[in-house]
Amino acid sequence: MRRYLLNRLWQSAVTLVLATIVVFAGVRALPGDPALALAGEDRDPESLRAIREQYGLDQSWLVQFWQFVSHAARGDLGQSIRTGTPVRSMIMSALPVTIELSVLAILIASVIGVGAGVIAAVRRGRPAEWAANALALLGLSVPHFWLGLMAILYLSVALGLFPASGFVPFFSNPVANLHHLILPALILGTGLSAVIMRQTRSSMLDALSADYIRTAEAKGLPPKAVVGKHALRNSLIVVVTIVGLQLGALISGAVVTERIFALPGFGKLTVDAVFQRDYPVIQAVVLVTATAYIVINLLVDLLYSVIDPRIRVRGEA
Amino acid sequence: MKPVLAVKDLSVTFRTEDGPLSAVDRVSFEVGDGEVLAVVGESGCGKSVTAMSIAGLLPRTATVNGSVELDGTELIGADKRTLRSIRGREVAYIFQEPMTSLNPVFTVGHQIIEVLRTHIGLNRQAAHARAIELLKLVGIPSAERRVGDYPHQLSGGMRQRVMIAMAVACDPKVLIADEPTTALDVTIQAGILDVLRGLRERLGTSIVLITHDLGVVADLADRVAVMYAGRVVETAEVHDLFAHPEHPYTVGLLGASPAAGRHAESQRLNEIPGLVPVLTEQPDACTFADRCSRAVDTCTSSQPQLTDGPHRVACWNPVRERVEV
Repeated sequence: MRRYLLNRLWQSAVTLVLATIVVFAGVRALPGDPALALAGEDRDPESLRAIREQYGLDQSWLVQFWQFVSHAARGDLGQSIRTGTPVRSMIMSALPVTIELSVLAILIASVIGVGAGVIAAVRRGRPAEWAANALALLGLSVPHFWLGLMAILYLSVALGLFPASGFVPFFSNPVANLHHLILPALILGTGLSAVIMRQTRSSMLDALSADYIRTAEAKGLPPKAVVGKHALRNSLIVVVTIVGLQLGALISGAVVTERIFALPGFGKLTVDAVFQRDYPVIQAVVLVTATAYIVINLLVDLLYSVIDPRIRVRGEA
Repeated sequence: MKPVLAVKDLSVTFRTEDGPLSAVDRVSFEVGDGEVLAVVGESGCGKSVTAMSIAGLLPRTATVNGSVELDGTELIGADKRTLRSIRGREVAYIFQEPMTSLNPVFTVGHQIIEVLRTHIGLNRQAAHARAIELLKLVGIPSAERRVGDYPHQLSGGMRQRVMIAMAVACDPKVLIADEPTTALDVTIQAGILDVLRGLRERLGTSIVLITHDLGVVADLADRVAVMYAGRVVETAEVHDLFAHPEHPYTVGLLGASPAAGRHAESQRLNEIPGLVPVLTEQPDACTFADRCSRAVDTCTSSQPQLTDGPHRVACWNPVRERVEV
């Protein structure tokens, strides 16, 4: 197990280095000269040179890369070209919003999705399965921006149950924080739960037809143990995979939902930066997103080995 | 002596998309205390379905009629809770595929402990200690270490021993072994049969041995029931059956099985022509008639019933003369 862990950590580190190179090169490959964009109307050679010097753009790419990496390693991601604010603080204020929203949404999605998936598999061919399937289809086909707007219209505006927009940091007021986030998280979560439900259902059906389920039944175990333990544990690999992918996608920006509920999250930061050609911010946003994906993937892989002992052995071999 | 397990007129029909399918037709047999009854027959003759129906393990598409009495308790039609309390405790199963019959994500110890905790309510430590004892009982070396292994860390033979340990954990009255050695190498098979024999001798467990391997039958069984197309066609004490098979199907079955020294000159095993029929309903005739060389007119117009006595046969024209098989 320890060797598997070290192996996986090492792989993650390599991936992170590669991601950094791709991010750096990607931003440089974008059309247009950032100095020109910055200089604006009065682009005399003197001010262009000054700008290039200020941002280190006159250095070779190798030097620039080294500076980018060494600064990033110290947590210095540069300043926003537009506002001069340190990128680090922009990310530190946007990221917690998105992480909280994503984690809440994925929790809601997992509870609904796994629960409905298990019921659909166990009650195969009975009304409960039809209901679960119909709900999943609805969840997949209804766009969540529409669902979000309807929720605001009815639950927030008409009934006044939830605030329609805005955000309160968790540490200043946890209750108000949850109150603001629960509706967007629910909207995001229900959409994702449909996918989780379908995956859970099909992997549960596989597991339930396995020989070891017959063994569990022949042992006289109660249905709770046969389904909830023996079958579910074997289906979890698929569920964990899909949940990991979804969480990664959520963190890189639940753009639409954040926009609708006016949440100052990562999605909003990304969109604003792209529209404003704020290269240091874009670069940092992509890097953080890539890191988030790598970390989530690592966690998913570690979870695999916790769920299925056979993976531990393969990792060691 | 009262039998431990008494199966009487057991019939099983499956609902399929092509209509009903009759898998077992009025099967009756009894298993005495500490007795090993072998149920033999070709694939598809209904022997596994019979085994599964005893503790109500068939899918919802199956309709089961008749009676299965375990020590006087009727199991057919019993409610789910009763059946659950009997499975693993009074009636335990061993299946054919040791590779897939154990759950890959739990240690073998955990899977044994689970039975003990469900049925006997042992605490964790006691169940753990008992699990190690059971692994020793079925001949697993260094059981203290093996108890923490996952199924994939064990060989097929070892896994089947774990299955047996799990099955006998609560000292069941009846052990149903459905092709327990079929998926294993011959050398491993002998070891598993030794374990089963040992259990019968030490614990007095009655065993229903489902198999198509007559070598296994000769090795372990006290009595044999031969099944064909969902019916028991002959049942006798094992030596009697091997020495004087009366049903033409039993004769064919014995002739089709290899044995050292036999068939040496012909180089070829005898075969029974044709296949086991798939029946949508049970006809009032002998189902073996169209494959039988001894068939007479009555065979296709009336169903033969099992005779009485220690050696029972359902045949209109049984083999009474000594045959060399």
